[in-house]
Amino acid sequence: MKHLILTTALLLSAPAAFACEAVTVGDLTIQHAWSKATIGADRPAAFYVGITNSGSSDDALVGISTPAAGMSMLHETVVTDGVASMPHAMRVPVPAGQTVQLAPGGYHGMLMVLTAALKEGDRFPVTLTFEKAGEVTTDVDVLPLRSEGPDCADAGQ
Amino acid sequence: MLGLGAWRARNRPAANAVLPLPIGEMGWQLTDHRGRTVRPADWLGRPAMVFFGFTWCPDVCPTTLSAISGWLEELGTEADRLIVALISVDPERDTPEVLADYVGNFDPRIVGLTGPKAQIARAADDFRVIYRKVPRDDGDYTMDHTAGVFLFHADGRFANIVDFHEDRRFAVPKIRRTLS
Repeated sequence: MKHLILTTALLLSAPAAFACEAVTVGDLTIQHAWSKATIGADRPAAFYVGITNSGSSDDALVGISTPAAGMSMLHETVVTDGVASMPHAMRVPVPAGQTVQLAPGGYHGMLMVLTAALKEGDRFPVTLTFEKAGEVTTDVDVLPLRSEGPDCADAGQ
Repeated sequence: MLGLGAWRARNRPAANAVLPLPIGEMGWQLTDHRGRTVRPADWLGRPAMVFFGFTWCPDVCPTTLSAISGWLEELGTEADRLIVALISVDPERDTPEVLADYVGNFDPRIVGLTGPKAQIARAADDFRVIYRKVPRDDGDYTMDHTAGVFLFHADGRFANIVDFHEDRRFAVPKIRRTLS
């Protein structure tokens, strides 16, 4: 486990977007945290991240918070009979031994009442709260509105 | 190839009420993000790719627009004849100016359309699209809406739908068949 973290840290020390860096809490590794630029501060922003659980017990992401937004919630894009809706997700399961992606078109964080528009190149912290592992804070890179995710050497997206 | 053939057969549109009308039989009148009036007849003679969304949408709409921009890039000049339109389901907030700011972030061939509520409702009926306003806890609202991308032949006949979660490997050939 220690070896894995060290290898990952070395791999990620190459020049790359901060979204490619990893933070860990317990058995969880959090990386590829990114958000899309917003037009103004009135629209909600989406937050995306990858979470790997290398432990032997299941965990779940149960909340997110950030000083960049007045209200942050977990949502899931669901398409039923062709109609897309975005119900609130109480928890995003992170099963043992698996990687879960909050990614466009699926689970995502919704950041509402932004304190300022998110501009490409900005970075802001988001604190993730897990059922078992507790809290961890990661930096989030703001990518262009058109972006489909950070371009990381380890191809985690 | 055999697999693809079977897949095509399964996805061949069946004649039923849930399919969009041919463009020539539609009756809406909308305004594009440059402030110009657009009617269905204006599209006849060119293939069209149409989808519904709104600019306050944090996930589905930018994801769809990013995907469409990627498809257009892959098709290159082949897609220059294609009409590509986003019709807003949130005309209260999506004025032509707001749409201009928004579509400016994506492929320049994408046109944003909005209009009075009654015309949006008419367009949704013509395309057999469902949309509804959903209040949020913070007093704001979001919109649920049909997320597929509709393809039409140059003569206005409905050709196909690209579903929201469909792989680009399937989407681009579908568009190409509409263009030919």
